[in-house]
Amino acid sequence: MPLISCRDLTLGYDGKAVVSGLTFDVHTGDYLCVVGENGSGKTTLMRTLLGLSKPMSGVIVAERGFDAREIGYLPQQNAAQKDFPASVREVVRSGCLNGMGMRPFYTGEQKRAAEDNMEKLGIADLAGRCFYELSGGQQRRVLLARALCAAGRLLLMDEPVTGLDPQAAADMYDIIEKLNKDGLTVIMISHDIAAALKYASHILHLGEAHAVYFGPADKYSSSVSR
Amino acid sequence: MSIMEYIQMFPFVRYAIIVGLLIALCSSLLGVTLVLKRFSFIGDGLSHVAFGAMAIATAVKLTTNFLLVLPITVGSAVLLLRGGQKTKIRGDALIAMISVGTLALGYLVINLFAESANLSADVCATLFGSTSILTLTLTEVWLCAALSVAVIAVFILLYHKIFSVTFDEEFTAATGNRAGVYNLIIAVIIAVIIVLAMNLVGSLLISALVIIPALSAMRLFKSFKAVTLASVVISVICAMTGLLASIALEAPVGATIVVTDILGFAVCCGLNAAGMRVRAN
Ligand SMILES: Nc1ncnc2c1ncn2[C@@H]1O[C@H](COP(=O)(O)OP(=O)(O)OP(=O)(O)O)[C@@H](O)[C@H]1O
Ligand SMILES: [Mg+2]
Repeated sequence: MPLISCRDLTLGYDGKAVVSGLTFDVHTGDYLCVVGENGSGKTTLMRTLLGLSKPMSGVIVAERGFDAREIGYLPQQNAAQKDFPASVREVVRSGCLNGMGMRPFYTGEQKRAAEDNMEKLGIADLAGRCFYELSGGQQRRVLLARALCAAGRLLLMDEPVTGLDPQAAADMYDIIEKLNKDGLTVIMISHDIAAALKYASHILHLGEAHAVYFGPADKYSSSVSR
Repeated sequence: MSIMEYIQMFPFVRYAIIVGLLIALCSSLLGVTLVLKRFSFIGDGLSHVAFGAMAIATAVKLTTNFLLVLPITVGSAVLLLRGGQKTKIRGDALIAMISVGTLALGYLVINLFAESANLSADVCATLFGSTSILTLTLTEVWLCAALSVAVIAVFILLYHKIFSVTFDEEFTAATGNRAGVYNLIIAVIIAVIIVLAMNLVGSLLISALVIIPALSAMRLFKSFKAVTLASVVISVICAMTGLLASIALEAPVGATIVVTDILGFAVCCGLNAAGMRVRAN
Protein backbone atom coordinates (compact mmCIF):
# COMPACT_ATOMS: atom_id res chain seq x y z
CA MET A 1 0.00 0.00 0.00
CA PRO A 2 1.38 3.44 -0.89
CA LEU A 3 2.27 5.85 1.88
CA ILE A 4 0.21 8.57 0.22
CA SER A 5 -2.15 8.07 -2.63
CA CYS A 6 -3.80 10.95 -4.51
CA ARG A 7 -6.79 10.30 -6.72
CA ASP A 8 -8.09 12.82 -9.24
CA LEU A 9 -7.23 15.86 -7.16
CA THR A 10 -8.39 19.30 -8.22
CA LEU A 11 -6.65 22.14 -6.42
CA GLY A 12 -7.54 25.81 -6.50
CA TYR A 13 -8.73 28.87 -4.65
CA ASP A 14 -12.17 30.42 -4.35
CA GLY A 15 -13.74 28.05 -6.85
CA LYS A 16 -11.07 28.59 -9.51
CA ALA A 17 -9.02 25.50 -10.31
CA VAL A 18 -5.26 25.84 -10.58
CA VAL A 19 -4.53 22.23 -11.47
CA SER A 20 -6.80 19.22 -11.89
CA GLY A 21 -6.76 15.50 -12.55
CA LEU A 22 -3.77 14.81 -10.31
CA THR A 23 -3.36 11.11 -9.66
CA PHE A 24 -0.18 9.71 -8.20
CA ASP A 25 1.21 7.51 -5.41
CA VAL A 26 4.13 7.99 -3.10
CA HIS A 27 5.59 4.83 -1.58
CA THR A 28 7.75 4.52 1.50
CA GLY A 29 11.36 5.25 0.53
CA ASP A 30 10.46 7.27 -2.57
CA TYR A 31 12.20 10.54 -3.38
CA LEU A 32 9.68 12.59 -5.34
CA CYS A 33 10.59 15.87 -6.99
CA VAL A 34 7.76 18.19 -7.99
CA VAL A 35 8.74 20.56 -10.79
CA GLY A 36 6.91 23.11 -12.91
CA GLU A 37 6.85 26.79 -13.65
CA ASN A 38 5.89 29.56 -11.22
CA GLY A 39 2.23 29.47 -10.36
CA SER A 40 1.65 25.91 -11.57
CA GLY A 41 0.35 24.85 -8.15
CA LYS A 42 3.33 23.10 -6.55
CA THR A 43 3.05 24.89 -3.23
CA THR A 44 -0.71 24.47 -3.28
CA LEU A 45 -0.27 20.72 -3.77
CA MET A 46 2.15 20.47 -0.85
CA ARG A 47 -0.11 22.48 1.44
CA THR A 48 -2.98 20.21 0.49
CA LEU A 49 -0.95 17.10 1.27
CA LEU A 50 -0.23 18.64 4.67
CA GLY A 51 -3.89 19.39 5.34
CA LEU A 52 -3.31 23.15 5.38
CA SER A 53 -5.69 23.68 2.46
CA LYS A 54 -8.56 21.58 1.20
CA PRO A 55 -8.72 20.10 -2.30
CA MET A 56 -11.65 21.28 -4.43
CA SER A 57 -12.29 17.65 -5.30
CA GLY A 58 -10.58 14.28 -5.23
CA VAL A 59 -9.16 12.30 -2.35
CA ILE A 60 -5.87 11.85 -0.55
CA VAL A 61 -5.42 8.57 1.29
CA ALA A 62 -2.57 7.88 3.68
CA GLU A 63 -1.30 4.43 4.61
CA ARG A 64 -3.01 2.98 7.64
CA GLY A 65 -0.96 3.77 10.72
CA PHE A 66 0.71 6.80 9.16
CA ASP A 67 0.44 9.80 11.45
CA ALA A 68 0.95 13.50 10.67
CA ARG A 69 3.31 13.58 13.66
CA GLU A 70 5.84 11.77 11.48
CA ILE A 71 6.02 14.65 8.99
CA GLY A 72 8.72 17.26 8.65
CA TYR A 73 7.98 20.40 6.60
CA LEU A 74 9.98 23.25 5.14
CA PRO A 75 7.67 26.07 3.99
CA GLN A 76 8.50 28.19 0.93
CA GLN A 77 8.18 31.39 2.92
CA ASN A 78 9.18 32.17 6.47
CA ALA A 79 6.00 32.57 8.46
CA ALA A 80 7.75 34.07 11.46
CA GLN A 81 7.37 37.76 11.97
CA LYS A 82 10.11 40.27 12.13
CA ASP A 83 11.01 41.14 15.72
CA PHE A 84 9.99 37.74 17.05
CA PRO A 85 12.36 37.00 19.92
CA ALA A 86 13.54 33.45 19.23
CA SER A 87 17.00 31.93 19.23
CA VAL A 88 18.10 29.54 16.50
CA ARG A 89 18.21 26.71 19.03
CA GLU A 90 14.65 27.40 20.18
CA VAL A 91 13.40 27.34 16.58
CA VAL A 92 15.20 24.12 15.67
CA ARG A 93 14.02 22.39 18.84
CA SER A 94 10.42 23.32 18.12
CA GLY A 95 10.62 20.76 15.31
CA CYS A 96 10.74 18.07 18.02
CA LEU A 97 7.31 19.07 19.31
CA ASN A 98 5.48 16.37 17.34
CA GLY A 99 7.54 13.66 19.04
CA MET A 100 6.78 14.95 22.51
CA GLY A 101 3.38 13.38 23.12
CA MET A 102 2.00 14.37 26.51
CA ARG A 103 5.39 15.27 27.95
CA PRO A 104 5.76 18.97 28.72
CA PHE A 105 9.50 19.22 28.00
CA TYR A 106 12.00 17.93 25.43
CA THR A 107 13.95 14.81 26.28
CA GLY A 108 17.75 14.76 26.27
CA GLU A 109 17.59 12.65 23.13
CA GLN A 110 15.46 15.24 21.33
CA LYS A 111 17.83 18.03 22.36
CA ARG A 112 20.74 15.98 21.01
CA ALA A 113 18.89 15.42 17.73
CA ALA A 114 18.40 19.18 17.43
CA GLU A 115 22.13 19.80 18.02
CA ASP A 116 23.00 17.09 15.46
CA ASN A 117 20.79 18.64 12.82
CA MET A 118 22.27 22.08 13.44
CA GLU A 119 25.73 20.53 13.09
CA LYS A 120 24.75 18.81 9.83
CA LEU A 121 23.50 22.06 8.32
CA GLY A 122 26.48 24.07 9.45
CA ILE A 123 24.57 26.36 11.79
CA ALA A 124 25.86 25.04 15.12
CA ASP A 125 27.81 28.25 15.67
CA LEU A 126 24.62 30.28 15.21
CA ALA A 127 22.67 28.37 17.90
CA GLY A 128 22.49 31.28 20.32
CA ARG A 129 21.78 33.95 17.71
CA CYS A 130 18.43 35.61 17.20
CA PHE A 131 16.52 34.04 14.29
CA TYR A 132 15.40 37.26 12.64
CA GLU A 133 18.87 38.77 12.68
CA LEU A 134 20.21 36.05 10.35
CA SER A 135 20.64 36.31 6.58
CA GLY A 136 17.99 34.79 4.32
CA GLY A 137 20.09 31.72 3.52
CA GLN A 138 20.95 31.17 7.18
CA GLN A 139 17.26 31.35 8.08
CA ARG A 140 16.47 28.72 5.41
CA ARG A 141 19.05 26.40 6.96
CA VAL A 142 17.55 26.88 10.42
CA LEU A 143 14.07 26.00 9.14
CA LEU A 144 15.54 23.02 7.31
CA ALA A 145 17.09 21.80 10.57
CA ARG A 146 13.70 22.22 12.24
CA ALA A 147 12.07 20.19 9.44
CA LEU A 148 14.64 17.40 9.90
CA CYS A 149 13.86 17.31 13.64
CA ALA A 150 10.17 16.82 12.84
CA ALA A 151 10.58 14.26 10.04
CA GLY A 152 9.99 10.76 11.34
CA ARG A 153 8.93 9.07 8.11
CA LEU A 154 8.12 11.80 5.61
CA LEU A 155 9.90 15.03 4.74
CA LEU A 156 8.20 17.70 2.60
CA MET A 157 10.31 20.59 1.38
CA ASP A 158 9.20 23.59 -0.65
CA GLU A 159 12.23 24.80 -2.64
CA PRO A 160 14.87 23.83 -0.08
CA VAL A 161 17.87 25.04 -2.10
CA THR A 162 16.45 28.45 -3.04
CA GLY A 163 18.60 31.03 -1.29
CA LEU A 164 21.39 28.62 -0.35
CA ASP A 165 24.94 29.14 -1.63
CA PRO A 166 26.26 26.36 -3.95
CA GLN A 167 28.20 24.61 -1.18
CA ALA A 168 25.24 24.66 1.23
CA ALA A 169 22.99 23.39 -1.58
CA ALA A 170 25.36 20.49 -2.33
CA ASP A 171 25.54 19.65 1.38
CA MET A 172 21.77 19.76 1.60
CA TYR A 173 21.41 17.28 -1.30
CA ASP A 174 23.93 14.97 0.38
CA ILE A 175 22.09 15.07 3.69
CA ILE A 176 18.74 14.36 2.06
CA GLU A 177 20.21 11.55 -0.04
CA LYS A 178 21.60 9.85 3.06
CA LEU A 179 18.33 10.21 4.98
CA ASN A 180 16.44 8.85 1.99
CA LYS A 181 18.77 5.81 1.79
CA ASP A 182 17.98 5.23 5.47
CA GLY A 183 14.30 4.96 4.60
CA LEU A 184 12.96 8.52 4.91
CA THR A 185 10.39 9.34 2.25
CA VAL A 186 11.08 12.70 0.59
CA ILE A 187 8.82 15.04 -1.39
CA MET A 188 10.63 18.11 -2.66
CA ILE A 189 9.59 21.05 -4.79
CA SER A 190 12.46 22.31 -6.90
CA HIS A 191 13.37 24.40 -9.91
CA ASP A 192 16.73 22.63 -10.15
CA ILE A 193 15.89 20.01 -12.82
CA ALA A 194 19.45 18.70 -13.09
CA ALA A 195 19.61 17.89 -9.37
CA ALA A 196 16.08 16.47 -9.48
CA LEU A 197 17.12 14.05 -12.24
CA LYS A 198 20.26 13.11 -10.35
CA TYR A 199 18.76 12.43 -6.90
CA ALA A 200 15.03 11.80 -7.22
CA SER A 201 13.43 8.43 -7.78
CA HIS A 202 10.22 9.97 -9.17
CA ILE A 203 9.24 13.22 -10.82
CA LEU A 204 5.90 14.99 -10.93
CA HIS A 205 5.82 17.79 -13.49
CA LEU A 206 2.91 20.21 -13.16
CA GLY A 207 2.02 22.10 -16.30
CA GLU A 208 -0.80 24.44 -17.18
CA ALA A 209 -3.91 23.03 -15.50
CA HIS A 210 -2.67 19.40 -15.60
CA ALA A 211 0.20 17.15 -14.67
CA VAL A 212 2.54 16.86 -17.67
CA TYR A 213 4.45 13.89 -16.31
CA PHE A 214 4.42 11.54 -13.39
CA GLY A 215 6.77 8.58 -13.25
CA PRO A 216 10.28 7.38 -12.56
CA ALA A 217 13.01 10.01 -12.84
CA ASP A 218 15.06 8.04 -15.38
CA LYS A 219 12.22 8.03 -17.93
CA TYR A 220 11.51 11.75 -17.47
CA SER A 221 13.84 13.38 -20.04
CA SER A 222 12.83 11.10 -22.92
CA SER A 223 9.16 11.54 -22.12
CA VAL A 224 9.21 15.35 -21.87
CA SER A 225 11.44 15.99 -24.88
CA ARG A 226 9.03 14.02 -27.04
CA MET B 1 2.20 56.29 59.37
CA SER B 2 4.92 54.86 57.12
CA ILE B 3 4.13 52.23 54.49
CA MET B 4 5.86 49.49 56.43
CA GLU B 5 3.91 50.23 59.61
CA TYR B 6 0.74 50.29 57.53
CA ILE B 7 1.54 46.90 56.02
CA GLN B 8 2.45 45.41 59.38
CA MET B 9 -0.67 46.72 61.01
CA PHE B 10 -3.08 45.01 58.64
CA PRO B 11 -2.18 41.44 57.65
CA PHE B 12 -4.83 41.73 54.96
CA VAL B 13 -2.73 44.33 53.17
CA ARG B 14 0.04 41.78 52.88
CA TYR B 15 -2.27 39.25 51.21
CA ALA B 16 -3.52 41.90 48.84
CA ILE B 17 0.01 42.81 47.84
CA ILE B 18 0.96 39.18 47.29
CA VAL B 19 -2.09 38.67 45.10
CA GLY B 20 -1.26 41.86 43.19
CA LEU B 21 2.20 40.53 42.45
CA LEU B 22 0.83 37.13 41.38
CA ILE B 23 -1.55 38.85 38.99
CA ALA B 24 1.28 40.98 37.57
CA LEU B 25 3.35 37.82 37.08
CA CYS B 26 0.57 36.00 35.22
CA SER B 27 -0.34 38.89 33.00
CA SER B 28 3.20 39.27 31.72
CA LEU B 29 3.51 35.59 30.77
CA LEU B 30 1.55 35.78 27.53
CA GLY B 31 2.67 39.29 26.61
CA VAL B 32 4.92 38.17 23.76
CA THR B 33 2.26 35.90 22.31
CA LEU B 34 -0.25 38.73 22.53
CA VAL B 35 2.08 41.25 20.89
CA LEU B 36 3.11 38.98 18.03
CA LYS B 37 -0.08 37.15 17.21
CA ARG B 38 -3.28 38.82 16.19
CA PHE B 39 -4.39 37.90 19.70
CA SER B 40 -3.75 41.48 20.78
CA PHE B 41 -7.13 42.40 19.30
CA ILE B 42 -8.77 39.57 21.20
CA GLY B 43 -7.11 40.84 24.38
CA ASP B 44 -8.52 44.31 23.88
CA GLY B 45 -11.95 43.05 22.94
CA LEU B 46 -12.09 40.72 25.92
CA SER B 47 -11.26 43.47 28.37
CA HIS B 48 -14.38 45.30 27.17
CA VAL B 49 -16.44 42.14 27.46
CA ALA B 50 -15.17 41.76 31.00
CA PHE B 51 -16.29 45.33 31.71
CA GLY B 52 -19.80 44.58 30.46
CA ALA B 53 -19.96 41.41 32.55
CA MET B 54 -18.72 43.28 35.60
CA ALA B 55 -21.43 45.91 35.14
CA ILE B 56 -24.10 43.24 34.99
CA ALA B 57 -22.66 41.50 38.04
CA THR B 58 -22.74 44.79 39.94
CA ALA B 59 -26.30 45.48 38.83
CA VAL B 60 -27.60 42.12 40.04
CA LYS B 61 -25.58 42.59 43.24
CA LEU B 62 -23.54 39.40 43.15
CA THR B 63 -21.33 39.11 46.19
CA THR B 64 -18.57 37.51 44.14
CA ASN B 65 -18.45 39.19 40.73
CA PHE B 66 -15.97 36.59 39.52
CA LEU B 67 -18.59 33.89 39.27
CA LEU B 68 -20.30 35.77 36.45
CA VAL B 69 -17.40 37.65 34.89
CA LEU B 70 -15.08 34.66 34.46
CA PRO B 71 -17.45 32.35 32.54
CA ILE B 72 -18.68 35.18 30.29
CA THR B 73 -15.16 36.31 29.42
CA VAL B 74 -13.84 32.79 28.82
CA GLY B 75 -16.88 31.99 26.68
CA SER B 76 -16.35 35.13 24.63
CA ALA B 77 -12.68 34.25 24.15
CA VAL B 78 -13.67 30.91 22.63
CA LEU B 79 -16.34 32.53 20.44
CA LEU B 80 -13.99 35.27 19.25
CA LEU B 81 -11.31 32.76 18.31
CA ARG B 82 -13.76 30.49 16.48
CA GLY B 83 -15.56 33.40 14.85
CA GLY B 84 -12.36 35.06 13.73
CA GLN B 85 -11.36 31.88 11.92
CA LYS B 86 -14.63 30.88 10.34
CA THR B 87 -16.72 33.85 9.34
CA LYS B 88 -16.18 36.00 6.30
CA ILE B 89 -16.56 39.13 8.41
CA ARG B 90 -12.98 39.95 9.12
CA GLY B 91 -11.89 38.86 12.57
CA ASP B 92 -10.88 42.38 13.56
CA ALA B 93 -14.22 43.86 12.61
CA LEU B 94 -16.08 41.19 14.56
CA ILE B 95 -13.95 41.82 17.62
CA ALA B 96 -14.40 45.57 17.38
CA MET B 97 -18.14 45.08 17.16
CA ILE B 98 -18.33 42.80 20.18
CA SER B 99 -16.01 44.89 22.30
CA VAL B 100 -17.68 48.24 21.68
CA GLY B 101 -21.09 46.59 21.96
CA THR B 102 -20.41 45.12 25.39
CA LEU B 103 -18.86 48.39 26.54
CA ALA B 104 -22.07 50.21 25.64
CA LEU B 105 -24.23 47.48 27.18
CA GLY B 106 -22.22 47.59 30.39
CA TYR B 107 -22.58 51.35 30.73
CA LEU B 108 -26.28 51.13 29.99
CA VAL B 109 -26.83 48.45 32.62
CA ILE B 110 -24.92 50.40 35.24
CA ASN B 111 -26.99 53.49 34.51
CA LEU B 112 -30.34 51.74 34.54
CA PHE B 113 -29.91 49.51 37.52
CA ALA B 114 -27.28 50.91 39.83
CA GLU B 115 -28.74 52.49 42.92
CA SER B 116 -25.44 53.81 44.12
CA ALA B 117 -25.35 57.51 44.84
CA ASN B 118 -22.06 57.91 43.10
CA LEU B 119 -22.52 56.49 39.63
CA SER B 120 -19.48 57.98 37.94
CA ALA B 121 -17.23 56.67 40.72
CA ASP B 122 -18.59 53.15 40.11
CA VAL B 123 -17.93 53.37 36.38
CA CYS B 124 -14.50 54.79 36.96
CA ALA B 125 -13.63 51.97 39.34
CA THR B 126 -14.59 49.33 36.80
CA LEU B 127 -12.72 51.03 34.00
CA PHE B 128 -9.57 52.09 35.80
CA GLY B 129 -9.48 49.73 38.76
CA SER B 130 -10.67 50.34 42.26
CA THR B 131 -8.89 53.06 44.17
CA SER B 132 -7.21 50.25 46.00
CA ILE B 133 -6.78 46.53 45.58
CA LEU B 134 -7.59 46.47 49.31
CA THR B 135 -11.30 46.65 48.51
CA LEU B 136 -11.25 43.02 47.28
CA THR B 137 -13.13 40.61 49.52
CA LEU B 138 -11.27 37.73 51.12
CA THR B 139 -12.97 35.24 48.78
CA GLU B 140 -11.81 37.25 45.80
CA VAL B 141 -8.27 37.33 47.12
CA TRP B 142 -8.22 33.54 47.38
CA LEU B 143 -9.83 33.08 43.98
CA CYS B 144 -7.26 35.39 42.41
CA ALA B 145 -4.43 33.49 44.04
CA ALA B 146 -5.77 30.11 42.92
CA LEU B 147 -6.38 31.24 39.35
CA SER B 148 -2.94 32.83 39.14
CA VAL B 149 -1.28 29.62 40.24
CA ALA B 150 -3.34 27.66 37.71
CA VAL B 151 -2.35 30.03 34.90
CA ILE B 152 1.33 29.75 35.80
CA ALA B 153 1.15 25.95 35.93
CA VAL B 154 -0.61 25.65 32.56
CA PHE B 155 1.85 28.07 31.00
CA ILE B 156 4.86 26.09 32.20
CA LEU B 157 3.39 22.77 31.06
CA LEU B 158 2.52 24.14 27.60
CA TYR B 159 5.54 26.43 27.25
CA HIS B 160 7.08 24.73 24.19
CA LYS B 161 3.70 24.35 22.49
CA ILE B 162 2.88 28.00 23.04
CA PHE B 163 6.25 28.96 21.57
CA SER B 164 5.68 26.83 18.49
CA VAL B 165 2.15 28.03 17.64
CA THR B 166 3.19 31.62 18.25
CA PHE B 167 6.30 31.33 16.10
CA ASP B 168 4.81 29.37 13.20
CA GLU B 169 1.26 28.13 13.47
CA GLU B 170 1.20 26.48 10.03
CA PHE B 171 4.32 24.43 10.67
CA THR B 172 2.93 23.38 14.03
CA ALA B 173 -0.32 22.22 12.47
CA ALA B 174 1.32 20.64 9.40
CA THR B 175 3.61 18.44 11.49
CA GLY B 176 0.72 16.83 13.33
CA ASN B 177 0.42 18.97 16.45
CA ARG B 178 -2.96 20.14 17.66
CA ALA B 179 -2.40 23.80 16.88
CA GLY B 180 -6.13 24.54 17.12
CA VAL B 181 -6.31 23.15 20.64
CA TYR B 182 -3.26 25.14 21.70
CA ASN B 183 -4.77 28.31 20.26
CA LEU B 184 -7.94 27.64 22.22
CA ILE B 185 -6.00 27.12 25.44
CA ILE B 186 -4.06 30.34 24.84
CA ALA B 187 -7.33 32.23 24.31
CA VAL B 188 -8.77 30.80 27.53
CA ILE B 189 -5.62 31.69 29.49
CA ILE B 190 -5.79 35.22 28.10
CA ALA B 191 -9.41 35.48 29.23
CA VAL B 192 -8.53 34.32 32.74
CA ILE B 193 -5.62 36.75 32.89
CA ILE B 194 -7.89 39.60 31.83
CA VAL B 195 -10.40 38.83 34.54
CA LEU B 196 -7.58 38.66 37.07
CA ALA B 197 -5.94 41.85 35.86
CA MET B 198 -9.24 43.71 35.96
CA ASN B 199 -9.08 43.46 39.75
CA LEU B 200 -5.68 45.06 39.78
CA VAL B 201 -5.86 47.79 37.15
CA GLY B 202 -9.42 47.93 35.80
CA SER B 203 -10.59 46.95 32.34
CA LEU B 204 -9.21 49.89 30.34
CA LEU B 205 -5.66 49.45 31.53
CA ILE B 206 -5.38 45.67 31.19
CA SER B 207 -3.65 45.72 27.83
CA ALA B 208 -0.96 47.94 29.29
CA LEU B 209 -0.31 45.53 32.14
CA VAL B 210 -0.07 42.60 29.72
CA ILE B 211 1.87 44.16 26.87
CA ILE B 212 4.28 46.75 28.28
CA PRO B 213 6.51 44.35 30.27
CA ALA B 214 6.86 42.14 27.17
CA LEU B 215 7.77 45.13 25.00
CA SER B 216 10.32 46.21 27.61
CA ALA B 217 11.88 42.74 27.74
CA MET B 218 12.03 42.57 23.94
CA ARG B 219 14.26 45.66 24.02
CA LEU B 220 16.82 43.75 26.04
CA PHE B 221 16.68 40.11 24.99
CA LYS B 222 16.34 38.14 21.75
CA SER B 223 15.34 34.64 22.78
CA PHE B 224 11.84 33.58 23.77
CA LYS B 225 12.92 32.15 27.09
CA ALA B 226 14.95 35.20 28.09
CA VAL B 227 12.18 37.58 27.02
CA THR B 228 9.56 35.59 28.94
CA LEU B 229 11.65 35.47 32.12
CA ALA B 230 12.63 39.13 31.84
CA SER B 231 9.05 40.30 31.30
CA VAL B 232 7.98 38.40 34.42
CA VAL B 233 10.74 40.03 36.47
CA ILE B 234 10.05 43.50 35.05
CA SER B 235 6.31 43.14 35.58
CA VAL B 236 6.66 42.01 39.20
CA ILE B 237 9.15 44.76 40.06
CA CYS B 238 6.97 47.44 38.46
CA ALA B 239 3.82 46.13 40.15
CA MET B 240 5.57 46.08 43.54
CA THR B 241 6.86 49.62 43.08
CA GLY B 242 3.51 50.78 41.79
CA LEU B 243 1.55 49.17 44.64
CA LEU B 244 3.75 50.67 47.34
CA ALA B 245 3.80 54.06 45.63
CA SER B 246 0.03 54.07 45.33
CA ILE B 247 -0.34 53.35 49.06
CA ALA B 248 2.19 56.03 49.94
CA LEU B 249 0.73 58.65 47.59
CA GLU B 250 -2.87 57.55 48.11
CA ALA B 251 -3.05 57.32 44.31
CA PRO B 252 -5.21 54.89 42.30
CA VAL B 253 -3.48 51.50 42.10
CA GLY B 254 -4.04 50.68 38.43
CA ALA B 255 -2.86 53.96 37.01
CA THR B 256 0.20 54.00 39.26
CA ILE B 257 1.23 50.50 38.19
CA VAL B 258 0.80 51.29 34.52
CA VAL B 259 2.84 54.47 34.86
CA THR B 260 5.55 52.44 36.61
CA ASP B 261 5.46 49.94 33.74
CA ILE B 262 5.99 52.79 31.29
CA LEU B 263 8.92 54.06 33.34
CA GLY B 264 10.29 50.50 33.24
CA PHE B 265 9.94 50.53 29.45
CA ALA B 266 11.89 53.80 29.29
CA VAL B 267 14.63 52.30 31.46
CA CYS B 268 14.85 49.24 29.14
CA CYS B 269 15.08 51.49 26.08
CA GLY B 270 17.90 53.37 27.81
CA LEU B 271 19.70 50.13 28.67
CA ASN B 272 19.28 48.94 25.09
CA ALA B 273 20.79 52.14 23.70
CA ALA B 274 23.64 51.99 26.21
CA GLY B 275 24.27 48.34 25.34
CA MET B 276 24.46 49.15 21.64
CA ARG B 277 26.96 51.91 22.33
CA VAL B 278 29.10 49.53 24.40
CA ARG B 279 29.02 46.91 21.64
CA ALA B 280 29.87 49.50 18.97
CA ASN B 281 33.03 50.58 20.83
N1 LIG C 1 -3.83 32.17 -1.02
C1 LIG C 1 -4.14 32.20 -2.31
N2 LIG C 1 -5.32 32.70 -2.73
C2 LIG C 1 -5.66 32.72 -4.04
N3 LIG C 1 -4.87 32.25 -5.02
C3 LIG C 1 -3.68 31.74 -4.67
C4 LIG C 1 -3.25 31.68 -3.31
N4 LIG C 1 -2.02 31.12 -3.27
C5 LIG C 1 -1.70 30.84 -4.54
N5 LIG C 1 -2.68 31.21 -5.40
C6 LIG C 1 -2.68 31.03 -6.86
O1 LIG C 1 -2.57 29.66 -7.13
C7 LIG C 1 -1.66 29.43 -8.20
C8 LIG C 1 -0.60 28.43 -7.78
O2 LIG C 1 0.19 28.96 -6.73
P1 LIG C 1 1.37 28.13 -6.06
O3 LIG C 1 1.90 28.94 -4.95
O4 LIG C 1 0.88 26.77 -5.74
O5 LIG C 1 2.43 28.06 -7.25
P2 LIG C 1 3.88 27.39 -7.26
O6 LIG C 1 3.85 26.32 -8.29
O7 LIG C 1 4.30 26.99 -5.90
O8 LIG C 1 4.78 28.59 -7.80
P3 LIG C 1 6.29 29.02 -7.40
O9 LIG C 1 7.20 28.25 -8.29
O10 LIG C 1 6.32 30.47 -7.76
O11 LIG C 1 6.48 28.79 -5.96
C9 LIG C 1 -1.10 30.79 -8.58
O12 LIG C 1 -1.70 31.19 -9.78
C10 LIG C 1 -1.48 31.70 -7.46
O13 LIG C 1 -1.81 32.96 -7.97
MG1 LIG D 1 5.72 27.64 -4.56
